[in-house]
Amino acid sequence: MKENKITFCKSGGCTAKLGAGLLSHVLEKLPKGKMDENLLVGYDSKDDAAVYKVSEDLAIVQTLDFFPPMVEDPYIFGKIAATNALSDIYAMGGEVKTALNIVCFPENMDLNILGEIMRGGSEKVIEAGGTLAGGHSIADSDVKYGLSVTGIVHPDKIYPNNQGKPGDCLILTKKLGVGIICTANRVGEASKEAMDEAIESMTTLNKYAAQVCKDYEIHACTDVTGFGFLGHLHEMMDGRLSCHIYASDIPIIKEAVHQADEFMITAGGQKNRNHVGNAVKFENISFAMEEILFDPQTAGGLLIAVSAKEAKSLEKKLQDIGLPAKIVGEITQKTATEITVL
Amino acid sequence: MVEVNAMGDTCPIPVIKTKKAIEGLNGAGVVETLVDNEIAVQNLKKMADQKGYKASCEKLGDNQYKVKMTIGEAVEEKKEEFAKKSERSDSSENTVVVISSSKMGEGEEELGKVLIKGFIYALTQLDTLPKTMLFYNGGAFLTCEGSESLEDLKFLKEQGVEIFTCGTCLNYYGLTEKLQVGEITNMYVIAEKMTQADKVVKP
Repeated sequence: MKENKITFCKSGGCTAKLGAGLLSHVLEKLPKGKMDENLLVGYDSKDDAAVYKVSEDLAIVQTLDFFPPMVEDPYIFGKIAATNALSDIYAMGGEVKTALNIVCFPENMDLNILGEIMRGGSEKVIEAGGTLAGGHSIADSDVKYGLSVTGIVHPDKIYPNNQGKPGDCLILTKKLGVGIICTANRVGEASKEAMDEAIESMTTLNKYAAQVCKDYEIHACTDVTGFGFLGHLHEMMDGRLSCHIYASDIPIIKEAVHQADEFMITAGGQKNRNHVGNAVKFENISFAMEEILFDPQTAGGLLIAVSAKEAKSLEKKLQDIGLPAKIVGEITQKTATEITVL
Repeated sequence: MVEVNAMGDTCPIPVIKTKKAIEGLNGAGVVETLVDNEIAVQNLKKMADQKGYKASCEKLGDNQYKVKMTIGEAVEEKKEEFAKKSERSDSSENTVVVISSSKMGEGEEELGKVLIKGFIYALTQLDTLPKTMLFYNGGAFLTCEGSESLEDLKFLKEQGVEIFTCGTCLNYYGLTEKLQVGEITNMYVIAEKMTQADKVVKP
């Protein structure tokens, strides 16, 4: 059992994602088939999930996410992986309907571990209001788990990730730093309190934040995952907007500052820095905070652009349901520097 | 000198191993860390920056890098480093490499592309690096997205080689948004760099 544990958790979660730069390189070269006008969101956009219009008032939202473990407990890993996969549906403004398991598992490993992973996953699908409808598993040298999720959304009510407007406020619904804390935990350096805080955050469905958003006019929404806060913010700016971010307002797991100062930093974070660092200007921001802003997040929160008029009320409603949500910045007209962190 | 083998380790392990080795020095000294990827090099350099250690990196081959950190008053090592440095600045004083095409030499295009890639890789292996590299006309493709030399050029830039690409050329080929390494420049700078060079190398 002990040995299994060691191989169970290598470098997991969204830190295992391929770098954004690398990926767009490949995607650009793929042959494009005939345009289907019912495909409202596809991968030529950098949005969170694909959306296909079935009728005037119904579109399906499809997404898929899986990764290696980032925690030792298989049951918790299952919950986290499912929370992360389900999140993309919420980031599009949709509701979850069905999910399929994606499993890679070594044949010689204890099957009870797989059972625990899938138990965690299915609990989250049920909590999301969806049905686990099947799945696919293959024998592999390392454990990986996730879901392919199908949801629905009204075609007029899709949350794009890039339609923010100058003057909008940006709201973040979860704390940053879970990647750094999991990394520190992997080498035995994280405190139990910090790890518990990270797990709590990674197993909180974005469903609840999304439900609150229904009462507001959301201009843009995305979930913060592997490309880190700044990577996803960069996609939201879409080359035509800029923004100011107020570092002291950003919700973080406090211990992440200490761990970043101890260099508990991932390859994923550095890849994110390489990819979007040029678009960002830091004004008197500590090294640790920079690292936290680039840190890949597993099952991170929603990043929402909403008019300044509605922002305070939305922030309060999100806080009322127990989320650490904060207004973290505002969108401006495009300026020379895309993202200024103050 | 302490050597840390972090080949095959994923971040943050190379940084943590190096940190432990530095703590083990109990003061001044030199730690050399072997890693197998560029990202680990960058993370090690970030640590050196934060801690105020002097760091240098050498690419030993494909997927093999050595990062050397000098901690505190390592007098002998410093001297050695200094000697090396002055030797380097003496012999490399103002060598400018000019790349004006995406291929090297006349003949088959495919071969020309393989050769130029090989040439840029070979530059990374030299004891004496050029001071400046200028890219214009077809050469502009080599500093942009899709170039197979980006990794080597980024490495050269990290070692302090100036990399400039002609802005007019980027514009002409529609590459302005795709520049991946170095800076955009104009014909005045290109002319100045070339006329002030001790040696201009044109493959």
